[in-house]
Amino acid sequence: MGLLDYDFMQRALLASLMVGLVAPAVGVFLVQRRLSLLGDGLGHVALTGVAIGVLTATSPVWTALVAAVLGAVLIELVRARGRTSGDVALAVLFYGGIAGGVVLLSLAPRGQATNLDAYLFGAITTTSPQDVSVFAIIAVVVLVSVGLLGQRLYAVSDDEEYARAVGLPVLGLNIVLAALVASTVVLSMRVVGLLLISALMIVPSAVAQLLARSFRETVLIACAVGVLVSVSGTATSFYTGTPSGGTIVLLAIALFLLVTTAVTLRDATARRRHRRRVDVHDAHPHEHGDDCGHPPVPHGDHVDYDHDGHLHAPHQTGRGVHYDEHGEHPVGAPPSGRPG
Amino acid sequence: MTDRPPTGPGVIDLRGATIGYGDVPIVRDVDLTVRAGEAVAVLGSNGSGKTTLARGLLGLATVLGGEVRVLGAPVGRLRERGRVGYVPQRHSISGAVPATVREVAGVGRLARLGLFRRLGTTDRAAVVDAVTAVGLADRLDDPVASLSGGQQRRVLVARALAAEPELLIMDEPTAGVDAASQEALAGVLAGISARGTTLVVVTHESAPLAGVLSRAVVIDHGRVAYDGPLAEAAAHDEHLHHHPPEREPTGYRMDQPTVTAGPRTDADRER
Repeated sequence: MGLLDYDFMQRALLASLMVGLVAPAVGVFLVQRRLSLLGDGLGHVALTGVAIGVLTATSPVWTALVAAVLGAVLIELVRARGRTSGDVALAVLFYGGIAGGVVLLSLAPRGQATNLDAYLFGAITTTSPQDVSVFAIIAVVVLVSVGLLGQRLYAVSDDEEYARAVGLPVLGLNIVLAALVASTVVLSMRVVGLLLISALMIVPSAVAQLLARSFRETVLIACAVGVLVSVSGTATSFYTGTPSGGTIVLLAIALFLLVTTAVTLRDATARRRHRRRVDVHDAHPHEHGDDCGHPPVPHGDHVDYDHDGHLHAPHQTGRGVHYDEHGEHPVGAPPSGRPG
Repeated sequence: MTDRPPTGPGVIDLRGATIGYGDVPIVRDVDLTVRAGEAVAVLGSNGSGKTTLARGLLGLATVLGGEVRVLGAPVGRLRERGRVGYVPQRHSISGAVPATVREVAGVGRLARLGLFRRLGTTDRAAVVDAVTAVGLADRLDDPVASLSGGQQRRVLVARALAAEPELLIMDEPTAGVDAASQEALAGVLAGISARGTTLVVVTHESAPLAGVLSRAVVIDHGRVAYDGPLAEAAAHDEHLHHHPPEREPTGYRMDQPTVTAGPRTDADRER
């Protein structure tokens, strides 16, 4: 039997595709804002919503959405007003959320079997057809919002004080971002799980940061990585029988370690090549400066020293100074800028 | 610029202004008018309140008493904040996520566009112009993290310029910047001042920008201690003697890997 012969697998793969695309698109802003764990906290809050849904026999996806978005708005209001107690207020909200969820779920009538693990860590068999349509709505809303407001969200996440000074609606944008995170958390609750979704927001961004040169590239790479690990993790989970959320997150972390290693090796090779090229200057007999007798020569954004017709550029590294060879300096060229 | 008479409408008007944080006043009872096209240095030692004064003009500090008007409106009710440019005191742009010079400078333009409009052709051209003005046109699509500290500061200036502001407020733009970048910055400011932009520069060392700034306001213990020509301000502020860049605390210079190694630029040598 193939993977796609099962209806539940089709739905799980569809859900994983959506969450894989959406979670990193929102997560990049959290990373930029250094609020990586906001998704985790809102996952806690969403659990109370799930429990209320189970107890009242309404769809837990909707109640989780309401709880998470309310929690998100509350968090931003606390952050905006709060001085010292903000941190504690967040902790109270987050742990209150998970404690409330666990206690309320335990009160559910026996007939209503609730599998807490599935909500927390994801399961491939739980996505219902209604869930898929709710998820699709959430995914479209989140992606359209990021498309419309992305530049402003970037501005606020990058430098909140500057954004405030030039009149961007900082509190409003922060609330929008938190609400998008809350929606993404709910989108994840079937396949990835409420406790693991934060990883799918953050780890693909971490991979993308290693590879990208611009913010735009970071978002695109992060989304590609998210879709890749999310869909392949869900498929793997079908064959291995492991919880899909955990499988997806382990795949993402494996990819992160792989890319980190590759980038580190690449940089180390580049450094080695650089050192080989400038080997002769490692044992440079003196430091160039005002009194070394070698004329300074402006070179782009720095100053070289004319050392017997060669341009020496100081290069500060963790191990001290060495001098890079910046080419020949034609004899007789005026050592520009010298007074007198 | 230097000899333009200070006439025209007040771009900044402070009447008995007391500014602070929470309910703690830092700057007290300040009267100050800055007119269109002026280039003003706000001087004072650390803790004098000069930064608080600037932040009050930006709506980042609280007006606790008196009146603070910017571009004709009380600062809290100024709708078009995009007309005010701001260069914060920040030694580097160290966002967690990579961003190019073009992207960072582009943020400056957003404030003019309302909530949903994206950068159009004119806006993108203004961003390129701003980056060109600070001499980084060839680095437009490079990640800011690959720039030296002084260049990153210039990116922050470009971000402010991208909005084509009528009033530009800068907080310590020369602190921790190597002499070559200081000179480049002085050139940029001379250019925008010549175009009529009002400049307010908070600084503890006016020397690098002495050719651009003509008027000095010295803040001491939260009050205006001197207001007049920059050239005569030195007697009123013991901190006005020039700190050569190499005597700055070393921590300020850690973000300039290419210049910290001992070489000083020619501009330094000429002093």
